[in-house]
Amino acid sequence: MIVASRKPMKEIVSFLEGTSDLLIAGCSECVTVCQAGGEKEVLVLAAELDMYFRDRGRKVDIVTAVCNRQCDPEFVEEISSLAARVDTILSMACGVGVQFLAERYRDKWVVPALNTTFGGGATRPGVWEERCGMCGDCVLHLTGGICPVIRCSKSLLNGPCGGSQDGKCEVSKDIDCAWQLIYDRLKEIGKLDLIYRVLPPKDWSKSRDGGPRKVVREDATV
Amino acid sequence: MSEENGNRSGLKTDSRIEKLLSQGHFVVTAEIGPPKSASPKGIIKNATLLKDAVDGMNLTDNQTAIVRLSSIAAAVHVMSAGGEPIIQMTCRDRNRIALQSDLLGAASLGIKNVLCLSGDHQSFGNHVTAKNVYDIDSIQLVSMVKTMRDEKKFLCGEEMKVEPRMFIGAAANPFADPFEFRVVRLAKKVAAGADFIQTQAIFDIERFKRWMAMVRDQGLHEKVAILGGVLPAKSFGAMKYMKDVPGMSIPEDLLKRMKGTPKEKQPEEGIKICAELIQMIREVPGVRGVHIMAVMWEETVPEIVKMAGLLPRPSVA
Repeated sequence: MIVASRKPMKEIVSFLEGTSDLLIAGCSECVTVCQAGGEKEVLVLAAELDMYFRDRGRKVDIVTAVCNRQCDPEFVEEISSLAARVDTILSMACGVGVQFLAERYRDKWVVPALNTTFGGGATRPGVWEERCGMCGDCVLHLTGGICPVIRCSKSLLNGPCGGSQDGKCEVSKDIDCAWQLIYDRLKEIGKLDLIYRVLPPKDWSKSRDGGPRKVVREDATV
Repeated sequence: MSEENGNRSGLKTDSRIEKLLSQGHFVVTAEIGPPKSASPKGIIKNATLLKDAVDGMNLTDNQTAIVRLSSIAAAVHVMSAGGEPIIQMTCRDRNRIALQSDLLGAASLGIKNVLCLSGDHQSFGNHVTAKNVYDIDSIQLVSMVKTMRDEKKFLCGEEMKVEPRMFIGAAANPFADPFEFRVVRLAKKVAAGADFIQTQAIFDIERFKRWMAMVRDQGLHEKVAILGGVLPAKSFGAMKYMKDVPGMSIPEDLLKRMKGTPKEKQPEEGIKICAELIQMIREVPGVRGVHIMAVMWEETVPEIVKMAGLLPRPSVA
């Protein structure tokens, strides 16, 4: 899933200097699971902002809503009547949701409340870790199901570098060396030969640049 | 290959390092760190001091991710002082377009040796908010330089008229993990096209010997010239600091020896230890040279080389 975390209050309020009617819009998908922008977080932020504005003698009307998915025009539509009443929409979804709202509600000031950080999952309650760099050209079949692109600090395809020690990355003792993990895993399943080969340079054109990437499935288009 | 490029001699390049290695000499290289300034004075001074004590000088490429005068420009200053430069090139700051462009530029300036590296992560340097590149990795860089040199082709497959004739170096760290994979990784660098290897600084001679035994088992020492890295420690504090650098291994007895030396005598002891290590490394079968990394202490290199019994340096026959 997409993992996000809330921006500092100071930064959020800096987006709302001219706001008098505010809609805080959450999302029921990824950001609910990672406890950054679901119903609970929407209500908490609404209460915090309400207190912030009151303390400063500002009159800002705050309404809240939670979309089923902000990354889907059908669900973005669900909040249209509330959106019509406000001048500012504070999205508590990932960056995709913020943009879908901005595209639909063009006359509103749509701003993000979260920093969208990565594609990952929970490794234990309350801890989410990155797993996928969304590079568009998966190599996990070559690396024992461990992504070198995002889990190696240098995205090495032929690692590990000389900074790998005791299973840890040179950058920090808190970071596992991805290539140690890859080595151990491939050894475990008897496929070490996979990393005896030199992997050629990656096709980064599938990863980023050249505008937004698109996936089209003809059989699903109407 | 064009005639001027020394194909008559069976060599791949005009590199002094390659010539000396091919003549069976035990090669000595040293590292010069370019300054955090636009002045060439320090480089020229060090190159002048070192030119008769070593066969080649590495110019580091923004080492530890700290902005410094570029390695290629520094190499030109080394040549002006009569030295043979080895430019270091990391994959951290440049993509495949910039790397190939700089290889052409470096060759056009008369540079004949390149050491291909991953590069230290930017979090160690003075621009920690920088975005790293890592379009390609060090092994892919080795392969790219080889393709440019031997096939006269860019990475994309397009041909070039005049190729950069670089003697290709790569690094190896016998002290990093996983230990048993370290030789495999060396083999990958050799397969990719490395001509010479400069290792991480050796203090743990026993582990280096174990690594070299694995290297010899695979016959890699015959396919690539291995230069053992050494680093003179200026003080007990410096040695202790290095002990905690990822990928470094320093035995307790060396730390004890340094600690037991009066502070004012520690630089001298560091030089002695370094020269002793060079002599031990020289005895290890399959090693064809040493690489001295006297960080911020370049002027000490001639003394180390002399003490190790490696002076005078041979001339290219």
